[in-house]
Amino acid sequence: MATVKSLDDLKRIREEALKKQQLKETSGKTEVIVGMGTVGIAAGARETLKAIMDMIESENLSDIIIRQTGNIGLDSFEPIVQVVLPGEEKVTYGKVNPEMARQIIKEHIVGGKIIVEYQIKG
Amino acid sequence: MAYFRSHVLVSVDPKCIEMGAFELMGALQDELVKQGLVDEVEVLETSRIGDPETSAPDMIVYPEGVHYTNLSIEDIPFLVEEQFIKGRVAAQYAREIKEVSDEELSAAQAKEMRIVLENIGTVIPLNVEEYIAHDGYMALGKVLTEMTPVETIQEVLDSGLRGRGGAGFSTGLKWRFLRNAEGDPKYMICNADEGDPGAFANRRVLEGYPHSVVEGMIIGAYATGASQGYVYCRAEYPVAVKTIRTAIQQTKDLGLLGENILGTDFSFDLEVRMGAGAFVCGEETALMASIEGLRGEPRPRPPFPAQKGLWGKPSNINNVETFSIVPQIILKGAEWFASLGYKKSTGTKTFSMAGDVKNTGLIEVPFGITLREIIYDVGGGIKDDKKFKAVQTGGPMGGCLPEALLDLPMDYEALDQAGSILGSGGLVVMDEGTCMVDIARFFMEFTQEESCGKCTPCRIGTRRLLEILTRICEGKGKPEDILTLRYLCEQINENSLCGLGKGAPNPVKSTLEHFLDEYEAHIYEKRCPAKVCKTLIRFEIIDGLCTGCTLCARNCPVDAISGERRQLHVIDPDICIQCGICEQLCPYDAIEIR
Repeated sequence: MATVKSLDDLKRIREEALKKQQLKETSGKTEVIVGMGTVGIAAGARETLKAIMDMIESENLSDIIIRQTGNIGLDSFEPIVQVVLPGEEKVTYGKVNPEMARQIIKEHIVGGKIIVEYQIKG
Repeated sequence: MAYFRSHVLVSVDPKCIEMGAFELMGALQDELVKQGLVDEVEVLETSRIGDPETSAPDMIVYPEGVHYTNLSIEDIPFLVEEQFIKGRVAAQYAREIKEVSDEELSAAQAKEMRIVLENIGTVIPLNVEEYIAHDGYMALGKVLTEMTPVETIQEVLDSGLRGRGGAGFSTGLKWRFLRNAEGDPKYMICNADEGDPGAFANRRVLEGYPHSVVEGMIIGAYATGASQGYVYCRAEYPVAVKTIRTAIQQTKDLGLLGENILGTDFSFDLEVRMGAGAFVCGEETALMASIEGLRGEPRPRPPFPAQKGLWGKPSNINNVETFSIVPQIILKGAEWFASLGYKKSTGTKTFSMAGDVKNTGLIEVPFGITLREIIYDVGGGIKDDKKFKAVQTGGPMGGCLPEALLDLPMDYEALDQAGSILGSGGLVVMDEGTCMVDIARFFMEFTQEESCGKCTPCRIGTRRLLEILTRICEGKGKPEDILTLRYLCEQINENSLCGLGKGAPNPVKSTLEHFLDEYEAHIYEKRCPAKVCKTLIRFEIIDGLCTGCTLCARNCPVDAISGERRQLHVIDPDICIQCGICEQLCPYDAIEIR
């Protein structure tokens, strides 16, 4: 963040922060669930998880809980990442590599748009 | 700010340390490093979780809230693999899964009013943007661009804000003294040495809303002409120390601390100093001695800190809570703040409520509320629906107030008149099962130990008080003891050097005044009415209720109980150590305390 040299600088930071704040207030808590069963880990779930964490940190996102889960019975789709936005249905993504994970955070969690091509549909 | 997906809270109370909590933490950290999880999982120290007698050492893992107990170092690799790599609960060590809840600070009750605590728990403490979104540093901007230092002091003076550390001196006046004092440099100090057992309001503010304290201090420095500031925080608050340090660094990075703040010619720098946990270092002159690197002992006043403070220079000391209110007063105006509260006590006050009350934890109420409202409406009443006996306000130097004083509107003056203090806002509620002589003895044990020993009345007086109280509790009280206690209380209060000694007799004085009958029962009848003092109680088995099940006899640690199966059992009073195990165990309530 830039240094504050005048009251106007401070007010500008406040305006920007307020916008982010509103975004957060309308959202609530988001859950990201990463499948970390033996198959998931073998398929690279650790790297995917790390990419998600790095993204949350670098984008300064708040109110996101990362949870782990075991094998959900879709071995061929591992690593599996599930996203639950507050008040919405769970969305399940398959074969998520770190790059895709970053994209999911950006487009789905921040942007609110489901990435249909990565989704596993039952 | 680093983001961790999971947090492990390891209990490091004395019992857990004895059981190897630090070794366990080390092993956990090593394993996390080995598995490459060290950037994902943060290991933190915390106070007691659960019952250390049965489950040490133990830890809680968030966000799941799994409570692991009885862990040994050998269990760690398996636990790390299950919990953090595979993400499932290692069931054989898990005790229970708790809902993630904040036991110290729950949602506000109807009669509460939150100003200091308003944003704690809802904003991320070290996200300075969030603080700014909540009008953070706008008050600083306002004073620097629109107000002169004298106007700033006048605003704080008009608000009626008084020191939240306990003594209740006008903050505006204190600032004016420093402004008018001759000398350079001037120091602005924040007292974050919260030492009262059971008080944690300052810790929560420092941990949960640190920037409000930093902003309050910068405003204070601008108003008084101070160029250097110190936050004196006790080392027992490692998270608070870390948080306030980071907050100060963030403020420096923003350019709101340092040289020429907001392009004005006002410069101010801020540092953290850690205290080593001596209770007396919460006293302002002892605190300053401690910052200077000297032994933490008070010195006589005058000269007051505003004339000769830190390193002999003009200084001002305010409490954490006081500083955190200042930005709000500047933003919303003195009139708004002065309209809250009661008589000469404006605004709100936080209390750390503890003891035999249903809802314990941190609360914030406007001055003028009665103790009855606090205990019954905010606190939800007495635990197990027992009868109320007394409430002690203000920490170990406060007085115990009886039922008759519960309808007193709370402010600094009312509590002072009732023989207690507001102090740092401790509030211990006691039910009918509490022995008031024993409570007085308990608090005296604390102050006697924490007396720094510099002045005689406090050092020797508290010792004598403790000896007499212990004697009375043991049934060896003499008739003249009550007079001696009263005399000692008066002498210690009048002749001690600092607030610790002056306040130390309060628990004794107030219990003597409001619960004299209990002292008399102990001394003249050798009886403890609340059935607490061990040497004054006798356990007896009631004929007719006892079925001769032998449960008590089998569990008595000293074999004081004898009797044939299906026959009345008898306790030998000469062997009995009054441990109370038989009374707790008896399924027929056949054991009575006399």
